[in-house]
Amino acid sequence: MSALHELTLSDAATLLRQRQISSVELTRAFLERIEALDGRIRAFTLVTADLALQQAQEADQRLQRGEQVTPLTGIPLAIKDVICTKDIPTTCSSRMLEHFRPPFNATVMERLQAAGAVMLGKTNMDEFAMGSSTEHSAFFPTHNPWDLERTPGGSSGGSAAAVAAGMAPGALGSDTGGSIRQPAALCNVVGLKPTYGRVSRFGLVAFASSLDQIGPFARTARDAALLLQAIAGPDPRDSTCSATPVPDYTAELTGEIRGLRIGVPVEYWEAPGMDPGVARVGQEAVNRLRELGAEIREVSLPHTRYGVAAYYIIAPAEASANLARYDGVKYGYSYRDTSDMWEALDKTRQYGFGPEVKRRIMLGTYVLSAGYYDAYYKQAQKVRALIAQDFERAFEQCDVLVSPASPTVAFKLGEKLSDPYQMYLNDVFTIPANLAGICGISIPSGFSEGLPVGLQILGNAFAEATILRVADAFQRVTDYHTQRPAL
Amino acid sequence: MAVPAHTEVATEFEIVIGLEVHAQLTTRSKMFCSCSTDYANAAPNTHVCPVCMGMPGVLPVINRQAVAYTIMTALALNCSIPEYSKFDRKNYPYPDLMKGYQISQYDLPLSRNGYLLIEHDGQVRRIGITRVHLEEDTAKLLHRDGYSLVDVNRAGTPLIEIVSEPDMRSPEEARLYMQKLREILVYLGVSSGRMEEGSLRCDANISVRPRGQQTLGVKTEIKNMNSFKALQQALEYEAHRQIEVLRAGGTIQQETRGWDESRGVTVPQRSKEYAHDYRYFPEPDLPPLVISRAWVEELRARLPELPDARRLRYQRDYGLSAQDADILTEEKALGDYFDQVMALSSQVQDRQARARAASNWLLSEVVRLLHAHDIAPAACPLKPEALVNLLDLLDRQRITGKQAKEVLDEAFVSGELPETIVVRKGIQPPITDPQALERIIVEVIEANPKIVADYRSGKTNAAQYLVGQIMKRTRGQAKADLVQQLLRAKLDEAPTA
Ligand SMILES: [Zn+2]
Repeated sequence: MSALHELTLSDAATLLRQRQISSVELTRAFLERIEALDGRIRAFTLVTADLALQQAQEADQRLQRGEQVTPLTGIPLAIKDVICTKDIPTTCSSRMLEHFRPPFNATVMERLQAAGAVMLGKTNMDEFAMGSSTEHSAFFPTHNPWDLERTPGGSSGGSAAAVAAGMAPGALGSDTGGSIRQPAALCNVVGLKPTYGRVSRFGLVAFASSLDQIGPFARTARDAALLLQAIAGPDPRDSTCSATPVPDYTAELTGEIRGLRIGVPVEYWEAPGMDPGVARVGQEAVNRLRELGAEIREVSLPHTRYGVAAYYIIAPAEASANLARYDGVKYGYSYRDTSDMWEALDKTRQYGFGPEVKRRIMLGTYVLSAGYYDAYYKQAQKVRALIAQDFERAFEQCDVLVSPASPTVAFKLGEKLSDPYQMYLNDVFTIPANLAGICGISIPSGFSEGLPVGLQILGNAFAEATILRVADAFQRVTDYHTQRPAL
Repeated sequence: MAVPAHTEVATEFEIVIGLEVHAQLTTRSKMFCSCSTDYANAAPNTHVCPVCMGMPGVLPVINRQAVAYTIMTALALNCSIPEYSKFDRKNYPYPDLMKGYQISQYDLPLSRNGYLLIEHDGQVRRIGITRVHLEEDTAKLLHRDGYSLVDVNRAGTPLIEIVSEPDMRSPEEARLYMQKLREILVYLGVSSGRMEEGSLRCDANISVRPRGQQTLGVKTEIKNMNSFKALQQALEYEAHRQIEVLRAGGTIQQETRGWDESRGVTVPQRSKEYAHDYRYFPEPDLPPLVISRAWVEELRARLPELPDARRLRYQRDYGLSAQDADILTEEKALGDYFDQVMALSSQVQDRQARARAASNWLLSEVVRLLHAHDIAPAACPLKPEALVNLLDLLDRQRITGKQAKEVLDEAFVSGELPETIVVRKGIQPPITDPQALERIIVEVIEANPKIVADYRSGKTNAAQYLVGQIMKRTRGQAKADLVQQLLRAKLDEAPTA
């Protein structure tokens, strides 16, 4: 048996059910791994060791009684610090919420707890999920386990790095414009962004409400399927959450993709800024899918090039309202060194928010302002509709679409920090799926210059089972996902 | 500046007024969470949850009842109900706004294009309703000891905004519109309609223009009017102020002004609190509302009788005076009581006579007792059955009017049926048989020859003594008017030999 921290989630679940290992042993192994490595990687903002061991004990009792055992019972997980955890700090990696303890659990946390999962801790992120490198964390940047000089991507960089470094077998992140898929690609793990409305957003601290989705990180498509199974489904507390029935995802993992129509969107592959090494790895992955019997077709998503622009209007617009509640009156950071109400409000926000958050609040406020609304926000909504239409047409001809998840491999820490626009372009392949509300997954697909390259598989709305099937089929014939960084 | 009579104002200038009315809906729970709206007597911040406190990560869920109430209000105001509606975020920073934005409705409200009829100086005026939309109330700020304290209990209470067209032409019309609107909201049961408590609030847009001018003058927005009286007074003051400014060659500043009740003036509000670009955009946390036609019809069918219809029915079906019909309509509980009395009087042949009697007894005696005991009409301890019973006793001439009042006083307090009280007190039926009465009258006349002589010599007052004697002999059981009539007939006869 390999070291406990090297187990996939599915294998660990099997061993737990067979009582060959206990959840306490498993949890302890990951806590030790965190202890050993996280000083260098800095994936976690908080490690909840005592709580984890207590939950592990409870899981062991459940496993012993053989009652209410689910595939996640006793499985330790890392949770992005944007997801509300009752009485446990939920900081969004922001000074504003540094000491905020929500009085309630996010729906996904309730579901994980009901399934018997164990929480190892909360993971680092770009402040309020705004960024693509986790460098915008107000606390510290997270390092890519494959090269500590590089970023893990973002905004869910902490969750991606934790899984990549074997500090957790699975994790939750959130994806607004690629915040799960891009770090998954850069860290050589699986990251799935579900269809908008597949997973409840209740308890997910909002960045851009019409784009945000919670999704899983894992090492394999099967593990991601198990995590999604646990958290998906309708929620009376989220009116945007769909009533569409949740299929049995693992049952769909047949390894069979013969005859499946896989579209290759030309605009993605020919995008400016595409790293040739990344393109080559992506092409090899497509060839591998063809060998598995899939039918590869070129398709066009003509409005792709407007995606980033539309996204950087819509997301900041929504964010400017979502972040208005942080006024220092009710919770979180509060500037109190004045008797003037308006000064207190201004200073609270001046000191509580970091530069990227402020940049997006200003952008969003601007595009919604009288006289600019039509030129920006309304126009962006039209682009959004056109991008959704592109996908509708593509999915008439294809079952899934594939492309690299990111145009580059992991970049150096600090490399793009001074140029927000270059940072924004890193999400060029992931943003359209959020705008269209469809699902996507990034899976390990090879290496360029020794750094991971992720393959993005996009599916139609509520076609998670299909993209998971393709991902699983690919992983059955490749070993990229089993490769580990040297740490 | 003295406030002149508004009649002077209205000659050379025309006043133009539009009202924005906010009414809290009487749903059990708040607009977007399950907190109770019954916080009136609760300690601050006890009717709150993460949702109405605007905690990070929470999401709103629409209260269907509030949507139903809004549609019912809109239907009562003759509005059309579009099939498609949505919520929007109205952004402005203020500590009474938990999320930093208010969930409201911008370009696709639940209803639009209605009207309300008011009667002014005997003329019916049609006041256009631009829209009725649904939003959430804010928290309450309490300023004391140099601190501003926030009570979140009110935050998230469903609130409808009823926006009128600038169709009112005098402060009095504005008051009449507001009163009529309140009446309708109370009839619908969607709002308690209490201006003094703030469950019904009103802002006014007012401008003046030289008579005959087509374009509107520059308007001011008037806030902080907490009663119908304050509304009329504030607008009278403001109209006069604007006219004075124009007469002096000045221009009106477009601004928000607050009514200072104690000083009787409107004063400019601090601009920082109101001068905002609200940056409306569609609320991404709530899917658009699709209002099915079937639901609208279901709600239409559920509309109760509205004040105008009731007023008309009372006059047309029951022959009540316009004044009585008004009083019974304005105080809905009295009208409801009256309707119950009439429903319980189904066996009575002369409906109009019964209606008039019921209305008279209700509006004079029952209202007198309610006042005396300081009880609201809705909580009247005298059941309609009891009043019907009393009216029946009167119709059967089982008791006299005077006795009926005494019985009513008792029934009001004890809750007994009037006939039970009549039996318990041994009240005898009035002597209504003229022959029986005549015998007693003859006896009294014969026993008092001196008085009779006085009467016949022209001292007609002397008859009163005889009436008293007769009433005494009948122990009050005789009907006074009948006694009078028979006695005079007897006295005016030629003296018996
Ligand atoms: Zn609440």
